[in-house]
Amino acid sequence: MTAQGWLQIAVYLAVLTALTPLLGSYMARVYTDRRTFLSPLVAPLERLAYRALRVDPRVEQDWKDYARTAVVFSALFWLALYAILRSQGIQPFNPQGLGSGSWDLSFNTASSFVTNTNWQFYGGEATLSYFSQMAGLTVQNFVSAAVGMAVLAAVIRGFAGRGTAQLGNFWRDLIRTLLYILLPLSFLVALFLVSQGVIQTLAGYLTYTTLAGAKQTLALGPVASQVAIKQLGTNGGGFFNVNSAMPFENPSGLSGFVEALSILLIPAGLTATFGRMVGNRRQGWALYAAMAAMLVAAIGVSYGAEQHGTPAERAAGIETAAAAGTSGGNMQDKEQRFGIASSAEWATATTAASNGSVDSGHDAYTGAAGAVLMLNMLSGEVIFGGVGSGLYGMLLFVLVAVFIAGLMVGRTPEYLGKKIEAREVKLTLIGVLYPALAVLVLAAVAVATAAGKASIFNAGPQGFSETLYAYASQGNNNGSAFAGYAGTTFAELAGGLAMIGARFVPMLAALAVAGSLATKRVAPLGAGTFRTDTPTFVFLLVFVAAIVAALTFFPALLLGPISQAFTDRLF
Amino acid sequence: MRRDLLNSALAVLVLTVVLGLAYPLATTGVARLLFPGSSGGSLVERGGRTVGSRLIAQSFAGLPRYFQSRPSATGYAADATSFDNLGPNSAALRRALAANMRTYLRREGSYDRALTRSAVPVDAVTFSGSGVDPQISVANARIQAHRVAAARGLPLRAVLDLIVHHTEGRGLGLFGEPGVNVLALNLALDEGGRR
Repeated sequence: MTAQGWLQIAVYLAVLTALTPLLGSYMARVYTDRRTFLSPLVAPLERLAYRALRVDPRVEQDWKDYARTAVVFSALFWLALYAILRSQGIQPFNPQGLGSGSWDLSFNTASSFVTNTNWQFYGGEATLSYFSQMAGLTVQNFVSAAVGMAVLAAVIRGFAGRGTAQLGNFWRDLIRTLLYILLPLSFLVALFLVSQGVIQTLAGYLTYTTLAGAKQTLALGPVASQVAIKQLGTNGGGFFNVNSAMPFENPSGLSGFVEALSILLIPAGLTATFGRMVGNRRQGWALYAAMAAMLVAAIGVSYGAEQHGTPAERAAGIETAAAAGTSGGNMQDKEQRFGIASSAEWATATTAASNGSVDSGHDAYTGAAGAVLMLNMLSGEVIFGGVGSGLYGMLLFVLVAVFIAGLMVGRTPEYLGKKIEAREVKLTLIGVLYPALAVLVLAAVAVATAAGKASIFNAGPQGFSETLYAYASQGNNNGSAFAGYAGTTFAELAGGLAMIGARFVPMLAALAVAGSLATKRVAPLGAGTFRTDTPTFVFLLVFVAAIVAALTFFPALLLGPISQAFTDRLF
Repeated sequence: MRRDLLNSALAVLVLTVVLGLAYPLATTGVARLLFPGSSGGSLVERGGRTVGSRLIAQSFAGLPRYFQSRPSATGYAADATSFDNLGPNSAALRRALAANMRTYLRREGSYDRALTRSAVPVDAVTFSGSGVDPQISVANARIQAHRVAAARGLPLRAVLDLIVHHTEGRGLGLFGEPGVNVLALNLALDEGGRR
């Protein structure tokens, strides 16, 4: 590891921390219907949108109404995307004449993008037309992110306790998320990315003769507009098969920084939004601190491991120490312009947040770094996590933590002055344990059956790691991959179902908890109150999240990445 | 429920038009206006003919007068990118990397006499992520400079200066790693160094 590498990681975290309260307070204004600096421009569009959708944004919804609207909305978008993918061959903006998708791959892809996962069993430039990328996937990138953020806003209102069972209006939260937050930010980031070299064109693929006299064909497309929202909305689905390792998707060290920052920007900002909306900013910072602590630890391990290099590289006689003019480290499946530090930082951020875009091939990562990436996902995508979904997932862990603290001191647990009782704890545990159960069961079935094993690419423990990674990723709506893992009908169906369950079970659990908390009386702070805005609580929260993930997944991780980290044997 | 279905169906139509057509097409228009070169793929022309993109590696295999790109697992395909995907403990990867190492040492060793295996930078013998990584490390370029200088009859000093000129630094001097753009460097050699 180099001082320069640590410096860029430190600056990355510093910029993220500085932007958190700024964006967070702006988003709090959006979700409390206050004016923002964009209001003069956007408010007329907002009214127009309500009219076009024929919704009344003033109608308040309780948690069941809110949940039903969110689920129906997602279901119709699923159908629309499935239809687009299956009929690609007859649509416009298809200069390469790419054909329609198969039913199983389209099922997986539609489930993937509607659930904000963006797992990809296809290679973008060889499979999808510009129309599918724009009208299908780009739309889902926005919409699935906005659904997560809208649901979070409703959950926060329940926690904040306005003394009513109403959690807000889904349509108002959705439209305001899109118009005030996601669209303006994406437009800015997209233009910045083009300035760095990301392409944005509708021209067909270009073939030319190279200097050496060979033919080379460039895949082109409307890339920047999709990459911007894919990074900002914790989506992660690349325009190209190699995602943000492709120079046309991520051309420079600076674009890499902006894209990596975009991964965590909104999930981090939402912690501050939470603090403001519950009327105590320290509560937001406590959640931020817990997430950041886990992120920093994870970056430290993955950077160290990647700088060390892999057994295969050492056995091939490659020197992996950093020296003048070379970064050293495990450069297999990595790009020169990113090197080791920023690739490890990206890989950690993208798995901690449920983004899943990659700027390097995770299948080639060292065993120790691979274990970190998997743990990031297996902890339930709560280390920043998905936009909206990460924070409502973390709030479930918060309830587990205060419950455990309550058991230790023998008092009824409270959070934000509200009593946490049997109903909330039951719902919380459903939300926390369901993804873990689904991941373990699916991974076990996939390694135990011939249909499941057909997807495996690498020999030895790495084959198991690929399988575990695939279901950890889809089963927590991340979307990154050990990309050797291949799509089969079995894998596409199992993965698609995993993604749908992982999206909606915790979402409904969080909404139900919020609905239950919404009407509870807020007890005043007393001498015996267990404070949740202190370093002690941050420590407890990290401890709970780490223990749950470790107890659940340690045996599985031992079989794959951890055993690889402890051996130089080749398979 | 029926109300939700109606609103959602309208949302599918309206949002697909706004987010799926208006937004990307507007971005395309503005991008073309502000950044005509980079939005179209940073194409490089020579003699009025497109010969590549500054951002996409091409193969210079078998041509000693050119700097060589990093190994590609995809044959430098820019329309079907893929990671190599072999794992950290893969015996197949060890064999492939050892072969890359032999190729590199054979190619450069007779020009850079001081070259040892441990001096070969890791980027020179590992497969890049995209398969079309446009850059090589500075250390890699400085080794190859011996061969290129000999093949073109240029003083080594001149080639090393050209490398400095075509080294792209870190973003804002901080983010990522410096690298040498192979296509730009080779084009500059052809322009200035042709015998």
